[in-house]
Amino acid sequence: MKTESRLEKVFAAGHIAVTSEVGPPRGCDVDIVEKKANMIKDHVDGINITDNQTAMVRMSSIAGAVIVKNMGLDPIIQMVARDRNRLAMQADIIGAYSLGINTMLCLSGDHPKFGDHPTAKAVYDVDSVNMIKMVTDMRDTGKFQGGADIKMPPKMFVGAAANPFADPFELRVARLAKKAKAGVDFIQTQCIFNMDKFETWMKGVCDRGLDKEVKILAGITPMKSVGMARYMKNKVPGMDVPDEVIKRLEGVSKEQQPEEGIKMAIEQMERMKEIPGVAGFHIMAIEWEERVAEIVEGAGLYPRPQV
Amino acid sequence: MENFEPEIVAFCCHYCAYTAADMAGSKRISYPSNVKIIRVPCTGKVDAIHLMKALEKGADGVYVAGCLEGDCHFKNGNLRAKARVARVQKFLEDLGWETERVEMLNMSAGMGEHFAKTAREFTEKIKTLGPNPVKEVKTASKAV
Amino acid sequence: MITAEQKPIQEIIGYIAPYGKILLVGCNECVTVCAAGGRKEVGLLASALHLNSLKQGKTIDIKEITLERQCDPEYVEELISYINDVDAVVSMACGCGVQTIAGRYNTPVFPAVNTKFMGASKSQGIWEERCQGCGDCMLGITGGICPVARCSKSLLNGPCGGTSAGQCEIGPDTDCAWRLIWERLVELGIQDRYEELNEAKDWRPAGGAGPRRIIREDLA
Repeated sequence: MKTESRLEKVFAAGHIAVTSEVGPPRGCDVDIVEKKANMIKDHVDGINITDNQTAMVRMSSIAGAVIVKNMGLDPIIQMVARDRNRLAMQADIIGAYSLGINTMLCLSGDHPKFGDHPTAKAVYDVDSVNMIKMVTDMRDTGKFQGGADIKMPPKMFVGAAANPFADPFELRVARLAKKAKAGVDFIQTQCIFNMDKFETWMKGVCDRGLDKEVKILAGITPMKSVGMARYMKNKVPGMDVPDEVIKRLEGVSKEQQPEEGIKMAIEQMERMKEIPGVAGFHIMAIEWEERVAEIVEGAGLYPRPQV
Repeated sequence: MENFEPEIVAFCCHYCAYTAADMAGSKRISYPSNVKIIRVPCTGKVDAIHLMKALEKGADGVYVAGCLEGDCHFKNGNLRAKARVARVQKFLEDLGWETERVEMLNMSAGMGEHFAKTAREFTEKIKTLGPNPVKEVKTASKAV
Repeated sequence: MITAEQKPIQEIIGYIAPYGKILLVGCNECVTVCAAGGRKEVGLLASALHLNSLKQGKTIDIKEITLERQCDPEYVEELISYINDVDAVVSMACGCGVQTIAGRYNTPVFPAVNTKFMGASKSQGIWEERCQGCGDCMLGITGGICPVARCSKSLLNGPCGGTSAGQCEIGPDTDCAWRLIWERLVELGIQDRYEELNEAKDWRPAGGAGPRRIIREDLA
């Protein structure tokens, strides 16, 4: 074992892992974090705490993670390359680890243009691939990115994102290979709606044996309504929502759409369990944390293993 | 103000508006003598600076009359002129001037009637706007 | 070339309000090519400033001159014969030109353009950024397309997950630089190169530690 991460232990024991996420509040309300975490705590192996998601200022990921950690749970901090240079990143990684956090996700981050501070200067000192390399090097060689030795290096279990759908498609496996080469331990994918395309991507991943190097958690987002499905199709960068998803939601009454959305998510997970290389699920129930439990149960992934 | 007779400069393309003016003359269709025509080989030859200088020197209104869009003898000179007129209008707007003092018009060589009509309309419009504010200063400085 | 765009005219008017005699200086280099501060634009700006003064019942004395190269002390020296007759200088060159004049003469100098970026002409009237002067050119390994200048996140190992239909997440009118790089590598038959890790960049040559400097011993 490289780390103390619960997620790593779940993988090591051969279980299908389940993670989900909590978006911290745009203010200091600790209760919100606790409330959201409580809704999912018994049904996941790790809880992502997002980092200024969609480039909107929120309570910091590390602070949110500490709150979750103090509840006896297993937070996964997210870190975006947009907001920090390599000094700040390493300082925060050490700081987070010192506070008991042992799992993290390295991301590029949405461009500031989309958020509530569009006048901000984006940092992008290192990209997500080099962030992976930096934090795995800190763990495995005990060295800072600048080359100096770290006294008591942080031992992070390191994840990253992958978007199996963004263009050009043929580059998507190659980009994952690059992250694997940089040392990433696990991947949480973008929300998957186009199952055929996802299967093609997974096949590409397995053909190169990348599933042996990296644990892949498939991204699941239940649709609340046909409106949400249309929005994700048309407005969210890099999203691939096939028409059949929209049609199926259109086929039921407005009141039934949330139930249909949950049902679709569960069916998706059942199908994905059969896809070679899928090592787990990352459930992104956007402002819908209260339904995560039933999705996990519906997919036959409850109770979670004790590791 | 009642006696105000504006001075108007019209940059007219040889292949259309200038010929149209000629036709208006030969057909005895009258148009205001306020309009002073400058013949150009193509309105694409008219640069922003020409329009600016005309205003600077006291013209009350300036217009560029080129071929109908799509009919430029030199393919797209009239479209270039249109863009330059727009640019000068932007200058005037930023300076707090009336943008209507500068305009782009289009017509064909056979439109003598139209030439006269637009010349009258433009002159009337400038009469309503009043004299180029530059004039007062010019007159005052001459008096000194 | 270095690209620039004229400042809002009211800003320029604000700068020169206290002065009666102005030396308006253009430059024959980059700003001429991008139609921001060459001889033509000097004429137009002078005319606009005249119109503005005249409307307010005043006159303003503007001497127009366009130098061969405003970022070169040798050419800026030419202003010596005019500088004593003016109250202020308005420069239509890039920031380098403005500073060369400011460094040479004891007369107030104001910029008339905003210097934008190092770019190339895409088509008539359209210029696009192509170089950020990072000081350590990596075009040799990215198929001749710069990820530092053209990826909106300057990713050295892109593309990120935000690309849609081959365009950048910041907007459909911006090509994803890494899509371009990939297509180019494929075209050249060297797509294997893509998977080589481009390590975290040394940003020192890119500036941020005082003005960067080149010294050529053989020329200095």
